[in-house]
Amino acid sequence: MSTSGLHADLSVRRSDDFQLELRLQIPPGTTAALLGPNGAGKSSAVSAIAGLLPIDRGSVSLNGTVLDDPQRNVFVHAEERNIGVVFQDYLLFPHMSVLENVAFGLRARGIPRHEALDRARQWLERLGLEGIERRRPGDISGGQAQRVALARALVGEPDLLLLDEPLSALDVTTRTKLRHTLSEHLAAFAGPRLLITHDPTEAFLLADEIHVIEDGAVTQRGTADDIRLRPRTSYAADLAGSNLIRGRADGGVVAADGKTLQIADEDVVGDVLLTIHPTSIALHRAQPEGSPRNSWETTVDQVEKLGSRVRVRTGQPIPLTVELTEAARAEMGIEIGSQVWVSVKATEIGVQPDR
Amino acid sequence: MVVLGCLGLALFMLPFIGLLGRIPWTALPDLLGSEVVIDALRLSLVSSVSATVISLVLGIPLAWLLARVEFPGRSIVRGIVTLPLVLPPVVGGAALLFALGRRGLIGEPLGELTGLILPFSTWGVIVASTFVAMPFLVLTVEGALRNMDRRYEGVAATLGAKRWTVVRRVTLPMIAPSLVAGAVLTWARAFGEFGATITFAGNLQGRTQTLPLAVFVALESERDTAVAISLVMVLVSLAVLIALRDRWWRAL
Repeated sequence: MSTSGLHADLSVRRSDDFQLELRLQIPPGTTAALLGPNGAGKSSAVSAIAGLLPIDRGSVSLNGTVLDDPQRNVFVHAEERNIGVVFQDYLLFPHMSVLENVAFGLRARGIPRHEALDRARQWLERLGLEGIERRRPGDISGGQAQRVALARALVGEPDLLLLDEPLSALDVTTRTKLRHTLSEHLAAFAGPRLLITHDPTEAFLLADEIHVIEDGAVTQRGTADDIRLRPRTSYAADLAGSNLIRGRADGGVVAADGKTLQIADEDVVGDVLLTIHPTSIALHRAQPEGSPRNSWETTVDQVEKLGSRVRVRTGQPIPLTVELTEAARAEMGIEIGSQVWVSVKATEIGVQPDR
Repeated sequence: MVVLGCLGLALFMLPFIGLLGRIPWTALPDLLGSEVVIDALRLSLVSSVSATVISLVLGIPLAWLLARVEFPGRSIVRGIVTLPLVLPPVVGGAALLFALGRRGLIGEPLGELTGLILPFSTWGVIVASTFVAMPFLVLTVEGALRNMDRRYEGVAATLGAKRWTVVRRVTLPMIAPSLVAGAVLTWARAFGEFGATITFAGNLQGRTQTLPLAVFVALESERDTAVAISLVMVLVSLAVLIALRDRWWRAL
């Protein structure tokens, strides 16, 4: 077993009725995501790995150094671990300028003031933040604050990068934009990366391996495709919810998997990521009348009942997850192997540029 | 409501108007220049500032213990800290005398060991002022420490900051407005302190006679001097309030 990267096998008890159990291995240069709903214990995982919360059982080690092992009485305090953390809500120090925030970690580790400020300035430039050095965190935008938090976490050249909901404090437009910037910076960081999120799109796009976490325990782990195509719990199935399709757009037409799809936005050109919600896809037993331009014939691969709703998985050319009511399914007689027609309105397809 | 409110305001305003009306304007320079007034002003400033500094040095750690450390009897300790706020200052002074007086529980061995005798000395004034004023600092700072978002301290730790660095560069700056407000309240209470001081430290000009004591003495014999000293105290207090008003209002 390689010792480089992060190895964690931990148990943390937060209260009498809440306990987090987590086993993680993140090799250098890869990103793992903890994906789960609020209250699933994701932030406890951050605190435990960062050294802010001692674990009750198990061990945490980074590049071969044991950081926490209660059985062997080892506990390295947070300030002695070299871990960069981007906290939820960023938590930039409100009483310091942007530059002082970024330089804080260097100053705390004894680097002379002048050099610390210089290195902080370089990181701010690298993240496209020149010009706001002197401002207070209260006077910058959410998107800027996110990058300042990233600069503050990276400036000390940490051995591990932890990102706790790095995009959830942003509005939707900024989030989409910054997701791409973030993925570039993650790729530029050579160590292991751990992303905590409740947003499946974020996990699917940024992580190499996803750990779905519910009520303090991992219920499924795998690649984005493993979880999207073969969700094992109803929560994972809901996450898998939105269909993601990669393609190339030009003049309102997207070429994807040998098929073309019409989209409403005619101005987008280049690689795109399409999202289609399962409830906005219609199924028919015969070729639909009228003119839904995105329509094709396929077979049903999988049918899964979720209470009064049903999730149907359709096959090639573009596999989709479709959600309909059990009544509608019964009426159309849809079973595994049924031949069906799929149709999607152009206006129901979400489009965002792919990196 | 309006009538009662105005009546309340009048209760605050009328004494000042009365005071202003009594000011002997022409004799004012002479009265204020007198040795008694200069001595009392100097002593008041020295003792109130010293009491504030001592309160900061001892009160911040005490507030820290109350806010951050779980220990048995914590609510009792908080009660003890609050006691001087509700205790009549004269009783406080008498208690100080029994504990720290020449024949007191601690005062006697202290005097034998170091020769330091607190009653009837300037140190006695400072101890009495600190006793009555420090609760303002402890309670204000404790509240601020409780309300502060402690996640920022965790952030600083992950950035490599040792405990003392966290306190110095994150915790204290983040509670600064409350710290200033608490210090101002403490100073104002110490500056106006009368009962505990006269009981514990006596009323010796140049050594223990602060401005409030000088006012009290002058009221018996020279009314004009009393008015002049009162005016000085109002002006000094107003000056401090105005100088700190932005932070003051924000924190309270």
